[in-house]
Formats: sequence, C-alpha cells, structure tokens
Amino acid sequence: MSETTAIPDIQARAAERKAPRGKAFAEHPLVQLTIVRFLETLREPEALFWIFAFPILLAGGLGIAFRNRPAEVLKIATVTPEITQSLQKEKLLAVQQLDLPSAEEALRTGKIALLAVAGANGAIVYRYDDTNPEGRTARMLADRAVQQAAGRVNPVASSDVLMREPGSRYIDFLIPGLLGMNLMGSAIWGMGFTVVDARRKKLLKRLIATPMPKQYFLLSYVLSRILMLVAEVGIVLGFGALIFHVPVRGSLLSLALVCLLGSLTFSAMGLLLASRAKTIEAASGLMNAVMLPMWIASGVFFSAQRFPDVVQPIIKALPLTAAIDALRLNMLQGANLIQLWPQLAVLASWLLICFILALKLFRWR
Amino acid sequence: MSAVGSTLALRVTGLRKAYQDVVAVNGLDLEVRAGECFGLLGPNGAGKTTTVEICEGLTAPDSGEVELLGMHWKTDADQLRQRLGIQLQDTQLSEKLTVFETLRLFRSFFDQGPGADEAIALVQLEEKKNSRVGNLSGGQKQRLALACALVGDPDFLFLDEPTTGLDPQARRQLWDLIEQFKSSGRTILLTTHYMDEAERLCERVAIMDNGKQIALGSPRELIASTCAEHMVAFSAGAKSNVLDVSALRQIEGVREVRCDNGTVEMQVTELHLAVPALLAELTRQSIPLTELSTHSATLEDVFVSLTGRHLRDE
Repeated sequence: MSETTAIPDIQARAAERKAPRGKAFAEHPLVQLTIVRFLETLREPEALFWIFAFPILLAGGLGIAFRNRPAEVLKIATVTPEITQSLQKEKLLAVQQLDLPSAEEALRTGKIALLAVAGANGAIVYRYDDTNPEGRTARMLADRAVQQAAGRVNPVASSDVLMREPGSRYIDFLIPGLLGMNLMGSAIWGMGFTVVDARRKKLLKRLIATPMPKQYFLLSYVLSRILMLVAEVGIVLGFGALIFHVPVRGSLLSLALVCLLGSLTFSAMGLLLASRAKTIEAASGLMNAVMLPMWIASGVFFSAQRFPDVVQPIIKALPLTAAIDALRLNMLQGANLIQLWPQLAVLASWLLICFILALKLFRWR
Repeated sequence: MSAVGSTLALRVTGLRKAYQDVVAVNGLDLEVRAGECFGLLGPNGAGKTTTVEICEGLTAPDSGEVELLGMHWKTDADQLRQRLGIQLQDTQLSEKLTVFETLRLFRSFFDQGPGADEAIALVQLEEKKNSRVGNLSGGQKQRLALACALVGDPDFLFLDEPTTGLDPQARRQLWDLIEQFKSSGRTILLTTHYMDEAERLCERVAIMDNGKQIALGSPRELIASTCAEHMVAFSAGAKSNVLDVSALRQIEGVREVRCDNGTVEMQVTELHLAVPALLAELTRQSIPLTELSTHSATLEDVFVSLTGRHLRDE
C-alpha cells in the first residue's frame, strides 16, 4: 500500500470512532470481570470443597467428638468391706473391692482412678494420681461420701440446678472459630492463588494490554468475594443452627458486617502476599507461613487465653483472633458493633496497612 | 495529528532496553507505514518481543521514542489502548471460561468493535463457542487470542509469534485469517522466527539480530540484495573431507560456498549453468554425490548469509 493512500485510511478510521456510548449493565467491564471471577471459582471443584464442605465436615466431626455427655461414673477400688459400704452411697462412684496387690495393679494401669485403704487409727488413705483430673474428682467424691457416712453435717445447705443450654458447649465455641478460619482461608487462598496463577500465565499482562481500568480488576475480586461470602457464611451458620442449635444472639446485621470486614481484611492480606510471587509454590509457602501461626494461636479450636500472658497482646493483635473474638462475642454473648470496637479496629488497621502495601508492591507481570 | 503520524502508523527511534545481564534492544529505528503488514524477524533472543512490548506500552524503554498512530504512551495511553489489538506471546487465557465468555469479557473493555459472537465468527470458532478454553487445541487457542485482539476493532494490530508451536495446517489457517484482516486498512506488526510466515504475510520486513536491525526491505528485495536467487545443497558423504571447496568457488554463477558437517551449500545465480559444472567438477575430484537439492532462496538464506548462523540454531 502506498503512503498516499494510507493517509485517508488511517484518518478515516480514526474519524469513524464514535464517542463512547453508555453500555448496558451486563456489558460493563466491572460486571463482566465479576461474572468471570465468580464463574472461575464455581468451576473449581477443589476450591468449593475447601470453602463449603471442609468446614462442615470439621464442625460435624468435632461436634460429635466433643459432645457433652452425662457426668461420668468414676471407677475406684477399696480393700476393706467397711470403706466399700460407705463409698457405695455415692452414685458417681463405682466401687470394687479387691485384694491389695490387684488393687495396686489396677491403679497403676489406670483401670481405677483411686484406691482407698484403711490407715492407722481408723483414718483413710487415698492413693491416686493428682495430675489426673479423674483422680482428683474421685478423691473429692470419695471423701465426701466417707465423711457423710461418718455423720458429717454440712453447715451450709446446698442444692444443684443443672444447666445444659446451647451457648456454653464446645460446638458453640467451635462454630464461630471455624467461621473465622474459613473467612481467612477462602479470602487469602482465593485472592492469592488466582492472582499468582494469572500472573504466571501472563494473563495479568494481557489484561493490562487492554483498556481495562485497573481498579476494576481489583474491585471485581472484592465483589465476587462478597457474593461467595454470603454462601460461605450462610452454610456454616445454617449447619451450626440446624444440626447443633448453635445460637446467634447478636444482630444478624452486625454479624454480616463483621464477616464482611473480616473477609476484606483477609483479601487484602491475600493480595499483599500475591503482589510479587511468580509461582504457585512461592505464593503457597508465603500464605501458609502467614496462616499457620493464626490457626494455632487465634483460638479456632481452643481458647487463645491458654497461651502465656506475655504473648496475649500479640495474639490479640492478629486479625484472625480479632475476627473470631468478634464472631464469638456477637453469636454467643449478643454483643453489638459498639461493644466490638476493639476487634473491628484491629481488623480495619490490618485492612488498611495490607491494602496500601499491596497497591505499592503489586506487579502485573 | 503530526505530518509523520498520518503516513506512518508507528515510528521508533533510538530504542534501547537493557536487562540486568543482557542488552535486549540496542539502538533500534523502525518505521511502519499505515496499512501495511510489517514483519519483525529474527531468532529467539534477538529482541523482537522486547521491542514489541515497548511499542505496546507494556515495557518502558531505557531510552528512545515511540510514536504510535501519531500518539505517545506518556500522554495518550488511554486513547491508544482503545485503538490497539494485542496478541502477546504465550498468554494462557483462563481455562475455566468458555470461548464466548472470554470474548465477552475482552469486548467489555473496549468502546467499540464487533460483539463476542461476531468475533467468534471472524476467527471461525463458531463450533467451539461454548467450549472451555482448556479444551481447545493449540491452533484454536491462538485463534481465540487473535479474536481477543480484534474485539476492539483495532487500527493497529500487534501479533507476537502468532503461529509458534502450531502444526502446519493450523499455521496456514491462521495465515488465511491474518490475510483477511490486512485488506481492511489495519496496520499489522508481526514478529516471527518463521521466514516463510514473513514472506507470505508481510509487505516489508526488518531482520533483527542481537537487539539491532540488520536488514530492511520487502522479502523479495532482501532476497535479491543479499544473496543469489538459488540455493544448491549436496552431500559428499564419507569423501567430504577430501573435497576441494576452493575449486567449487571458481564455478561460474556460484557466489558463496558454505561447508557444514559434510553438507555443502552454495548460493547460485544461474542454476542451469552451475549444476552441470558442479557435477563435472565433482566427477573430476572423484567424489560421489549422495544427495543433491536446489531451492529458490528464502529469507532464511538471507539470514544465514548476513549472520553466518541458521535462524533456529538457538
């Protein structure tokens, strides 16, 4: 093609370009990016398993394993009929009368929790392992039975009212913990893996070669995350409520806001972790290194209070601790957003710091 | 629009880009005329992709100027993006999405252009419209990548190694498609290390080696200017080490003789005179001929005569 004919060509083509028209909603790049992101997640069976099936299996399994049982009857042994007689009045003790060697053998091997033998001057000697809670309980029950049989009168009258209500069981503690863990896992993995994978496949580079507004790319992740969040939280909460009658005592709106803030915070962490990594291996190493300490320390399965006081401020500053504490306070104690401000402040700080760092460090290629 | 911008779609001057250990582009000048298909040729590592990515605004040059459609990346990036169609070397589109979903996404980024269905028809992927990208063949994936470059109705199309790794049939199919788009007034910049691809598609080519342009012209001009019209190759088998090569150079019409692992390649201007003379000379030296072939000179031969290397040595 000669240069003279080329002139009208290029000018004509430029003139043909109309001013951008308003697009239909479905043709908007943000809508398209969000749809695509959502479809990609739905079409990833492994991801769906970890997000939806895994927390339910875990909650179901642990809920059954740690279900509350009626108070257990403790096995103890004696070697004299008099002591046996007085101990039999205690319903929570199962008393066996054995000869001394076999009773000692039973105690050593843990078949009985306590051995009561007669001491000098009509006294009783309890032999048990004081590091074993069953042994200590048996000691108290046995001594009370012996003293009462001998005619002790309690100076203060007492009676029991039994409470086995939803809200104070292990499963009630566990469900908010799993919910928090799930918020963290799905956001960090969902963000981290897909971004790194797209970078590895040079898809990110291809996208910035188009006129796509870059902020839409990020925003589409947030929007599809929120869509997934509804399903994710709904399933775990619904499962807890239907199967184990786990209560939600706080307002659902507060709960939704806590989940939203938590998910955004963890998404920002995921984005930060994925901001430079070029391989899935590097990214998953980073993500595990960040998540593992929180799985252990943030009180998913047991109370974070069990760690020494020195490290409590650090544990409290972890985003997963804040998320789980806020969820527990809302669900179990009915706390409102104002009461949750320390946890919300921790989450918001992490969100801001991670997001700003991620934007600074992010590489499209 | 500047005077230069109206006749030239792309002008590159003094382009330089170095990475930590290697100078990828070393003082490159290029001019691509509006409406032509321009080929950037060279072996892997010649600096083609770096050059193209600088032109596409994806990589910043260390120094040098790029003027594209009369605009510059620093000031007109948004407008330029709307008017470029880009196909990158080995982009893997999302495997979980269908062909249609992928194109609908890319179409949403542009102000104007064919719809997703229309783009699918352009690259003849109608039957695969609802297939996942992960289930497409290599050729189909490349056609989808081409469609993604076309959904914005671009004025300037960048194709970086569009047929690398494809089987011959898929390559020819892609060439047919690219030829169709050439007729619609678009400017195309194509990089390739297949010389036959450049000969078939490009009006003009620049040959690059080690970050520099070493030749420029139409494929026909380049072949005519740097070497003779014909190539003769023969093998002397076990006797190749006693072959007197200098005697071959004396034969009339022979321009250059290269000896490579027992195979001898000669550039020849007049085939009908050179071949009988060659046979006579070999008989005189008592060397049995085990193989003899001739072909018209190609851009590959141009590259060999310019650099002394084959394109795919790397």
